[in-house]
Amino acid sequence: MAGPPVQPSDPYLPTTAGEAAARGAAGLRGRPTPSEVIAGLRATSHGEDLIQLLSPEGTLTPNDDFPIEVTVDLLRGLYRDMVLVRRFDREGNALQRQGQLSIWVPLLGQEAAQIGAGRAMRPADMAFPSYREHGVAWCRGVDPTQLLGIFRGTDQCGWDPKATRFNSYTIVIGNQVLNATGYAMGQRFDGVIGSAPGSEDAVTSDEATIAFFGDGATSQGDVHEGMVFAAAFDAPIVFYCQNNQWAISEPVAKQSRVPLWERSTGYGFPGVRVDGNDVLACLAVTRWALEECRSGNGPVMIEAFTYRMDAHTTSDDPTRYRMAAEEEHWKLLDPIQRVKVHLSRQGLADQDFFEQVAGEADELAARFRAHCIGMPKPPPERIFANVYTEPHHQLEQQLAGHLEYLAGFAEQDGGR
Amino acid sequence: MAPITTTLAKALNTGLRSAMEDDPKVIVMGEDVGRLGGVFRVTDGLQKDFGDNRVLDTPLAESGIIGTAVGLAMRGYRPVTEIQFDGFVFPGFDQIISQVAKITYRTQGAWSMPMVIRIPFGGGIGAVEHHAESPESFFCHIGGLRVVACSNPQDAYDMLRAAIACEDPVVFFEPKRRYWEKGTLDPELNSAASGERPPRCFSSVLRRPGTDVTVVSYGPSMPVLMAAADAAAIEGRSLEIIDLRTLSPLDLDPVVESVRRTGRMVVVSEAPLESSITSNIAARVTEEAFYSLAAPVVRVAGFDTPYPPSRLEDEYLPDLDKVLDAVDRVMAW
Repeated sequence: MAGPPVQPSDPYLPTTAGEAAARGAAGLRGRPTPSEVIAGLRATSHGEDLIQLLSPEGTLTPNDDFPIEVTVDLLRGLYRDMVLVRRFDREGNALQRQGQLSIWVPLLGQEAAQIGAGRAMRPADMAFPSYREHGVAWCRGVDPTQLLGIFRGTDQCGWDPKATRFNSYTIVIGNQVLNATGYAMGQRFDGVIGSAPGSEDAVTSDEATIAFFGDGATSQGDVHEGMVFAAAFDAPIVFYCQNNQWAISEPVAKQSRVPLWERSTGYGFPGVRVDGNDVLACLAVTRWALEECRSGNGPVMIEAFTYRMDAHTTSDDPTRYRMAAEEEHWKLLDPIQRVKVHLSRQGLADQDFFEQVAGEADELAARFRAHCIGMPKPPPERIFANVYTEPHHQLEQQLAGHLEYLAGFAEQDGGR
Repeated sequence: MAPITTTLAKALNTGLRSAMEDDPKVIVMGEDVGRLGGVFRVTDGLQKDFGDNRVLDTPLAESGIIGTAVGLAMRGYRPVTEIQFDGFVFPGFDQIISQVAKITYRTQGAWSMPMVIRIPFGGGIGAVEHHAESPESFFCHIGGLRVVACSNPQDAYDMLRAAIACEDPVVFFEPKRRYWEKGTLDPELNSAASGERPPRCFSSVLRRPGTDVTVVSYGPSMPVLMAAADAAAIEGRSLEIIDLRTLSPLDLDPVVESVRRTGRMVVVSEAPLESSITSNIAARVTEEAFYSLAAPVVRVAGFDTPYPPSRLEDEYLPDLDKVLDAVDRVMAW
């Protein structure tokens, strides 16, 4: 007979929620122990409030509050989206290491949070990203190569934010949340929400806005003000917070004493916490939230509980501030793996399918790389272009002066 | 509409009203701008006539006002935002600098940013702290913004119409202590409607010709300059008075042309002295009219201090005596 199960001695393994709660006291006596850090994560990540449809083991459990018709095509499509996005994201890291990009901002680990939200949008909906939303960009029809200019230093937005209905990346933390709120206020003033349920207009004309931001941004005044304004003007906006646990080196505990989604209560609108590594749950919950907004019941907040598996950017070094064991823990919750397991176990996809997607991903990465290396330095006129929409004599003079200055080098030594 | 005699505040109100009548996308937003009509009553009666979807009483958050106006502009609206007092613009400064000014550049023209940020500015009203500042230089330092300041009812109307019609963001400074001063307003004169780009009212204007000293300012100091010209004339000195009107970009051709004739210049502003518009004009005029100058350019400005308690503001602000003293100095050189 076996005795009682032996408690593992690994200090990184999860302990109890009570221990996690004691982390406040830990602050008084110095740094929390590794087990306390992990326990804190577990205490918030495994709460009963988390909406999850597809478990890390690949088991699908429907949720009546967030119904979704799960078809083979849907699952395969989401899988393909995530694999392709992850592949070019990895290529971005490599291009930075090889000196082709100044910096890359990896999304590794957040594929489900972004593809789920991105695929929940209709063409008429408007998205306001932060700067890590490569997966949402993918869903909006922004070609991955159009993301490169920002990180290579050849442009600051390589796509048409109007045509794609995917705004430029916004680097100042939280600014875009207010801009998105204003856009959603405009949607309400334009009357493009709240058509009769089931009517054709409700499907074709009604719109909503979705703002993407992170756990760090929730501390910004602009996010608070965005939520205040959205509530005051009943704006059709989904506040989509990807809580990836880390704002560069600062854990989410530095930002909030309460789970982030609970903040919505203070503003008077609903909040939902979804398993951000479950693409089906992210899709179902965001669909629901956008539909609430389109039908006039906005705003809504979603906290997609996920994990930044890589560094903040290629300039960052996470080994200085977090435990390798934490990263190992989250690898078990990988957003792509669980879809693959489900597809395989249910016999919905065979090896050919997975190989075909992998091949497509490699082709995309090769195209991404070739495009990047071929991107030229912009001409000097670019410095002065589109600062203003209307004529501006001061800049016209400065441009002329600069070109004349450059021309002096051409005469001297045949150009710079 | 025939020419009328009206106050600067009422001229702004008339300008807002006519812009809203002409274009349903023009909306007004800010703190207390609706039901109250604004703390200076510039938006008086607009919400009653245009509704609360076009005249928005916003929550008390300046970043929120500017930041949501950005999104509304993307949506096709032309927001006219009101910052209640000069010293309250700073919570919205981040959105103005990081988004309003840069979005057109960042997106290479995909978005234009046709919004107006109205700011009552300057001192002289006996107010408490943060209600009498002159922060215009901050905005002039930022590519992507246009910055203008009106000084009389006709310009207030014309320039506000032009600012609203402009596809670029315009920071619009209103001289609050001149809100109740009267002048003639002829809406038919509206130079914004001429189709010139940029409109004629976004240029410097000669207010009074003279031969001895060029005296330049904008906004609340303009009546001080006109009084100085009268006083100087009694002593037989002829001052040429120029109202800059546009602070960014500057329209310096008329100023340089004037200095080439007079050889002397005084620049006046309530804003602190250093790294200021007055400093910039002194530098530019020195660059462009060096050999015409008979004396160094003299600046008359606020001190490099926080704005003082209001019982001391008469010593802080450029007034008639300070301007005449500066004229004496450039004449005596």
